[in-house]
Amino acid sequence: MGRFDIGLSPRGLTLLAGLLVLLIVLPWFAGDYLLTVLILIFYFAYVGQAWNVMMGFAGQLSLGHALYVGLAGYLTAVLFIDLGIGPWLGLLVAIPVTMVVGAVIGFLALRFGVTGVYFAILTIAFAEFARIGFDHLEIVNGSGGLFLPVAQHESVDFWLLRGAPVMFYYVMLAATVVALVLCRLLLKSRIGYYWLAIREDEEAARAAGIDTFRYKMGAIVVSAGMTAFGGMFYAFYYNNLFPEQIFSISRSIELIIGPIIGGLGTLLGPVVGAFLLTGLAESLNTVLAALGVDLPGAKQVLYGVCLLFVIIALPGGVWPWLARRLGLAEKGT
Amino acid sequence: MPAEIYLNVAVSGILTGLVYGLMALGLSVIFGVVRVVNFAHGEMMTVAMYLAVVCFSAFGLDPMIMLIPIAAVLFVLGYLLQKGVINAFVTGPESTQFLLMIAIAIIIVNVLLIIFGPDARGVQTSYAYDSFAVGPLLIDATKAYAAGASIVVAAALYAFFRFTLIGTAIRAAADNHTGALVVGLNVQHLYAVTFGLGAACVGAAGTMLILLIDVTPALGPAYTLLAFIIVITGGLGSMPGALLGGVLIGLTEAMAGLVFTPSAKSMFGFGILVLVLLFRPQGILGRKT
Repeated sequence: MGRFDIGLSPRGLTLLAGLLVLLIVLPWFAGDYLLTVLILIFYFAYVGQAWNVMMGFAGQLSLGHALYVGLAGYLTAVLFIDLGIGPWLGLLVAIPVTMVVGAVIGFLALRFGVTGVYFAILTIAFAEFARIGFDHLEIVNGSGGLFLPVAQHESVDFWLLRGAPVMFYYVMLAATVVALVLCRLLLKSRIGYYWLAIREDEEAARAAGIDTFRYKMGAIVVSAGMTAFGGMFYAFYYNNLFPEQIFSISRSIELIIGPIIGGLGTLLGPVVGAFLLTGLAESLNTVLAALGVDLPGAKQVLYGVCLLFVIIALPGGVWPWLARRLGLAEKGT
Repeated sequence: MPAEIYLNVAVSGILTGLVYGLMALGLSVIFGVVRVVNFAHGEMMTVAMYLAVVCFSAFGLDPMIMLIPIAAVLFVLGYLLQKGVINAFVTGPESTQFLLMIAIAIIIVNVLLIIFGPDARGVQTSYAYDSFAVGPLLIDATKAYAAGASIVVAAALYAFFRFTLIGTAIRAAADNHTGALVVGLNVQHLYAVTFGLGAACVGAAGTMLILLIDVTPALGPAYTLLAFIIVITGGLGSMPGALLGGVLIGLTEAMAGLVFTPSAKSMFGFGILVLVLLFRPQGILGRKT
């Protein structure tokens, strides 16, 4: 197969291409509700893919990715509100800053030998730090929240990312595809193989002459930088930012359930996971509304139970199983 | 401000910290033996808190009396959870274990939300406003009882691991999983007992904590984090470390609330956590691995 294969059999590739075409033409005949759900799915597929670089490829468990989402969200929003700088230019600031923050955390953790569960807790600690810090930061209105001026739906301004859902739909769809291609390129490059070696056995990787510090840092920085785009999108799509929400640990967790359920370390796992989980949450909404159940928490209980069943039935993730069963995977992968 | 205020707040922080310590002890015991990180720890504590609230409001039973019964209920729940679900994941990858516990946590939080609603619930005891005067100090009676009970429970747990046959067997299984299997120990049962004991610890802590604070379903995740901070500060797997970490965090939070703003107090807990992780990753009383 060529440079852009992602471990799919011809049947799998056809299916993926068909799905992509369908998603591209969908806005012509789909309503706003379906678009909104799909935007959410793409968003989770994208940030899940970004997180997967760090955990799925290089084996570094981060439970604090909300930090990167929130930081980039706040940075691009403040630049836009206070200085009138558009989100795409804002990313030129937000991505490097987020990468530097990731690098600092990674440096501290790796240089001081913080690994495994301890590393995960350290990432939570920094996200919580940011949450409480932003809660008391006057320049972003603290816990009162930051709001972006809401635009009229008729005027679409791509450069300022103001407009109808269909614009956000295409932006996020494109980002998801780009992330997939980028991750595929990384995974099949030298650095990708080094990551996998580190994930499988770090001692052995070091013995084989891999500078594990450097490549683990690389994974953290790439993952943080990719997540920054998700943060910018979040800020401009939802138009409001609250430290209690955007930096909260539940956001970090929400972001990583998809890739784990989908299949850790696989390219399509985060995408499949996002479709499954968001689809599940939305269908639960519909079913409960149809049954007339108006119980706060009922949806989450069912969601948790489904999650539990998937983990027990398919601990390796849904995508590897699905690919095997339907013959979507390339032979030998 | 007179010096007595600082002293009073410090004592109050230490007493609350002992209850925190008991909560964290449960987490530490589970991790030390089963090697599973219990991400549903705070959620399990809220279950105990609600049990205490129900016993108090429906039957007028004081949480001090319900300490052992509620701990026993949590023991059974913990035992069944480990036996029925978690045992199959003990040798699996960390990320799967993590997700499993998260799923359990989500279910607990929302079942509590369905049953009790989002409003805060608490107990109002007859001795809620009692206090002892010790020299210049004014010690809150409720906090003193709760802290005392926490020390007793922690001591009982320590004695169990030290002096009973099953406690020794659990320590053996923690030290050498394969070795324990070879000499014919029923490791799955021992793990379930350990998880039950950890749950009982956090159950006892929750029953005491309801005397000090009100409970909401959303309280769980915050206390899961707090338990992590405490055990890592004290040393994961070290029993005295958990209590010491609890006291340290309780004291820090109380002083930070007094000197700075109360809403920023948990920042100091995280500050301590980061410093400990960087400079003494095994914790203050932990052993180097």
